Amino acid sequence: MKLFKNLLESVKPHFEKGGKLEKLYPVYDGFATFLFVPGHTAHSGAHVRDGIDLKRTMITVVLALVPALLFGMWNVGYQHYKALGETVGFWDQFLFGAIKVVPMVVVSYAVGLGIEFAFCVIKKHQINEGYLVTGMLIPLIMPVDIPLWMVALSVVFAVVLGKEVFGGTGMNILNPALTARAFAFFAYPSYMSGDKVWINTSTEAGQSVVDGYSGATALGELATTGSTSLSPMDMFIGSIPGSIGETSVIAILIGAAILLITGIGSWRIMFSALLGGVAMGLIFNWVAPYATSPEQQSFMGTPFWQHLIMGGFAFGIVFMATDPVSAAQTTRGKWIYGFLVGLLCIMIRVFNPAYPEGVMMAILFMNVMAPLIDHYVIEANIKRRKKRVQVKVKTA
Amino acid sequence: MAEVTEALEKQKKQREPLFSKKNRKLLSDPFNDDNPITVQVLGICSALAITVKLYPAIVMAISVMVVLAAGNVIISLMRNLIPNRIRIIVQLVVVASLVILVDQVLKAYVYDVSKELSVFVGLIITNCIIMGRFEAFALGNGPWKSFLDGIGNAAGYGIILIIVAFFRELLGSGQLLGMQIIPESWYLDNGGFYSDNGFFLLPPMALIAVGIIIWIQRSRNRELIEEN
Repeated sequence: MKLFKNLLESVKPHFEKGGKLEKLYPVYDGFATFLFVPGHTAHSGAHVRDGIDLKRTMITVVLALVPALLFGMWNVGYQHYKALGETVGFWDQFLFGAIKVVPMVVVSYAVGLGIEFAFCVIKKHQINEGYLVTGMLIPLIMPVDIPLWMVALSVVFAVVLGKEVFGGTGMNILNPALTARAFAFFAYPSYMSGDKVWINTSTEAGQSVVDGYSGATALGELATTGSTSLSPMDMFIGSIPGSIGETSVIAILIGAAILLITGIGSWRIMFSALLGGVAMGLIFNWVAPYATSPEQQSFMGTPFWQHLIMGGFAFGIVFMATDPVSAAQTTRGKWIYGFLVGLLCIMIRVFNPAYPEGVMMAILFMNVMAPLIDHYVIEANIKRRKKRVQVKVKTA
Repeated sequence: MAEVTEALEKQKKQREPLFSKKNRKLLSDPFNDDNPITVQVLGICSALAITVKLYPAIVMAISVMVVLAAGNVIISLMRNLIPNRIRIIVQLVVVASLVILVDQVLKAYVYDVSKELSVFVGLIITNCIIMGRFEAFALGNGPWKSFLDGIGNAAGYGIILIIVAFFRELLGSGQLLGMQIIPESWYLDNGGFYSDNGFFLLPPMALIAVGIIIWIQRSRNRELIEEN
């Protein structure tokens, strides 16, 4: 630590006004405040003193993502060897997954932070840590087989057009990680959906893919045939095909616990999204007998609780719907927002075969609607309080 | 008699040359500070619909140019005859007849493109740029100026169309004017590393592309940024 401090102090003069590298001050500032508590203090006014700042918030979320990341690495390896019909040890599976996943994480961070730094230097902003979470989320919501340059391009799109255009961290309308995924989904549909992309089936000499093997996700199977061969227990543990970080409900629940205990994720959004999902699931169960085709009937008849552990529902409502920037801000707004995210997610899943997973669309759509919800919540509050004032005047 | 000729001479001297500075401005302004799409934000609808490929975009740009220039001249010639109350109907009749002419010509000579543009040729009638120029310019200026204004604005519209279509065709399908630009061997299916970006074929990407052009333009010319 002392070494870092001395190093920072020694290069500081270059970055201050008049120094050689004056233009790169935001970069210096970003590193310095990342490592140490900022040296400057507020000059006037009353301030809330709190140990938690943006950096600590972001780091907490990244920590909460670690279980999902580690499980994702193992699952990539597990699915790969399962598809090849080989049995290897735990560490071999994990290592295979790590070799696939770590480059995606590195690319996501390198490209995203590079753009963020460049924009901060050009616009002379402070560097914010907003990308720390986004950079971790993006690889976790991508299929394992996607080429790295597609990840990089999605990151460019999300950071530049999802965030910097609107004014940088804290100003974005849409969740940047989901913007990246939506971009990849529409730009390269054959690498983002279907049965082939969720499991790495690259073979070396002497290896071959097992006969009758299917790489479809639970939702993919449901959308085409109306039933899934994967057991609920596997879905809960997460040893099923899917995007890297989304499969394991257990790992996500650990992350959710971290977010809730530290108070960083909004329990209102998570809980109401859960309620929304359950509500829509129950409605579908109820109307299932009236569906026209047998596939649709059995898809609608899927027990409502299974919807909660399939696909990206859990991951989405824990890590993405709760994004404090793009979610609703008011307390009542959060309930409405969360509920509709859950509701729409299940609805898109069941009704639209083109989008087997609805959670991305549901959250992006509600991101757009969040300011509207807030507006009406605030208006309603003002109206209610006005009424109270008038009543008092009358009785007085 | 001598006085009259003198007055005429004087008038002749005062007459503007055909391409005076003012007239040249009519042609050049729509390219930067007064672009119909990026500054006035008119005609967005067709900019989204027909820019998937470059060739239809060029045809569309030329069609709009013909309609706008001819329409501007006709309206300008009639500007003192048109009763103010029914001027919109008169303008519509003029533009509708011109569009029908253009449509027939396209059908006769470039049938494929005409089919591709489908309803959007007919919809030139409702292109806000055309009615906008009739109202804002041709009703108050002479035929030559109106002609230049029509050419300028249609060119400003066309250049954006062509820029957007260039990138959409190149990145969306790897072609330009129907010719393969990106080598086949680059594609992932053929063992390469590249894949066409399907997002560029969808209308939202055209909107984003127009947005990026507006962004670049405004960061170069800060006067365009509204204060609020």
